[in-house]
Amino acid sequence: MGIGNVLSNDKRGMIELGAEKKVGWDEVTHGMVLHSFEDDATNISSQKAEDRNYAQFNSYVATVASWRVVKPVYNRDICIDCQNCWVYCPDTSIISRDKQMLGIDYDHCKGCGVCVEVCPTNPKSLLMFAELHNLEDAIASWPEKKKKEEN
Amino acid sequence: MAITSTKNLKEFSTANDRFEGAHLLCPGCAHSMIVRELMNCTDDNLVIATNTGCLEVSTAVYPYTSWDTSWIHIGFENAATAAAGAEAMYKARKRKGTLKNPDAPVKFVAFGGDGSTYDIGFQWLSGAVERGHDFTYICLDNENYANTGGQRSSSTPIGANTTTAPAGRVSYGKKENKKDMMAIMAANGAHYVAQVAPNKWKNMAQAFQKALATEGPCYINAISACTTEWKFDSKDTIHVSDLATDSLVFPLYEIIDGHELNITYRPKNVIPVRDYLAAQGRFRHLFKPENEHVIEEWQKRVDANWERLQRREEARV
Repeated sequence: MGIGNVLSNDKRGMIELGAEKKVGWDEVTHGMVLHSFEDDATNISSQKAEDRNYAQFNSYVATVASWRVVKPVYNRDICIDCQNCWVYCPDTSIISRDKQMLGIDYDHCKGCGVCVEVCPTNPKSLLMFAELHNLEDAIASWPEKKKKEEN
Repeated sequence: MAITSTKNLKEFSTANDRFEGAHLLCPGCAHSMIVRELMNCTDDNLVIATNTGCLEVSTAVYPYTSWDTSWIHIGFENAATAAAGAEAMYKARKRKGTLKNPDAPVKFVAFGGDGSTYDIGFQWLSGAVERGHDFTYICLDNENYANTGGQRSSSTPIGANTTTAPAGRVSYGKKENKKDMMAIMAANGAHYVAQVAPNKWKNMAQAFQKALATEGPCYINAISACTTEWKFDSKDTIHVSDLATDSLVFPLYEIIDGHELNITYRPKNVIPVRDYLAAQGRFRHLFKPENEHVIEEWQKRVDANWERLQRREEARV
C-alpha cells in the first residue's frame, strides 16, 4: 500500500506561502469573501482531502516545507496504527485513511517533532532526521528495539 | 447532531479534516490541535468566528484561508458577538422560511485567545452569554498575548516572566493571580462550562461534543501550551500539557447549568507543581532562592483549589 494516490491531488503544495507578491492591508476590500472550494461545499465533512475541489486560496494548496530543518521519517514496519500522531499533529500533516497511518504530508509539516514524542512503539516508528537526510538511509539506520533497563 | 465516534482513536481518525495545513502558527502550537479536534468531532456545518489573536492572523494570511467551513474574520473583541449575530440571523431566516437548506444542522462557534477572552472581549462575551444565544465559545488559553510578543493578560499566572511583567532583580514577574474564568462564566449563565487540554484528546472531544449538543451558550477553556512564550521546545507541547493536567495546575472539570460540577480527569499520580514550572523557561527565575516562596504558595493554592473542586462535586451546588 502506498500513499501515492492520496498525495496525488495536483493542487497540494503548489505555492511557497509568503513568497508571492503581498497585497497591502489597505487594498483588501471590506466584507470580502474568500472561497475555500471551487464549487458547492455543502458536504465537505464527508469528503476526503483528495476528493475535494480546493480553491486557489485554500491554504491546502500552499506549502510551509521551507520552515523545516528537521523532518519526521515514518517506518511502516514498526507502526501499530494507534493514531496518536494523527490526533496530536498541529499541521494536519499525518495522513490516515481507513484507520491506517499512511505517511507524512511534507508540504504542510513544519517539523515540530510532536508526532515523534507521542509515538508509543519501541523503537519509535517515527523519528526526526535532518531535512536533507535521504529517506532510505534514514530507514536503514533505524535503531533496534530497546531492552528494559534492569534495576 | 451528527457526531464522529470518539470511542477510540482509530475510529476518530476516520474523520475528514476541515482545518488545513500551511497555516502560519508556530511549529508545535497547541491552538491547531484544539481547533482540528473541534472540527473533527462533528460532521455538522460550522459557522466559526474568531477574535484577533494568533489563530486569526495565522489561519487567514491574505489571500489564504485554512478553514474549510464558514469562517468570520472579526475584531479583537467581538467573536462572541459575531457568532451570536450569525446565530440570531439563522434563527430568524429559519422562522421566515428563507433558508436554502433549512434541514442542514448548523453549529455556531467562536474562538478567542485568552487576551481577547479574559480582557478585551470580556464584556462582549458576557453579553452574548447573557442573551442566551445558542453558541459555543472556546478560549484558547495560552496565558499571554502571544501574537504581539508575550505581554501579560489577566490569564497569566503569578510569577510568569512576560514582556510587560518582566522578572529581574526587583520583581519575580507577574504579581497577580490568574482570573477564574470558569467560575465567572458559570455564574454568567453559560449552560455548559468545561476546562479541557489537548493532551487528553478524548476528554476534550467529549467536552466539545457536549457543548455543541447543548442548546444555549457554552464556554470552554482550552489550555493551549505556547512553545514560543512559555519557552519550551516545540516537540514538548503534549509533554508540558501532561504536566499541567497531572500537577492539577489545570484541573479538568465541567460545570453544567452553573451548579453541577464534575471532575472529568483525575490523575493517577499527582505530580508537584514544581515539575510543571521547571519545564518552562518563563518560570526559570522562580527557582532562585529568593523566589522559592512563590512556588510554595502556588502548590498550596493548587491543593486548596483541588479540595474545593472535589467538595463542590460532592455538594452539587
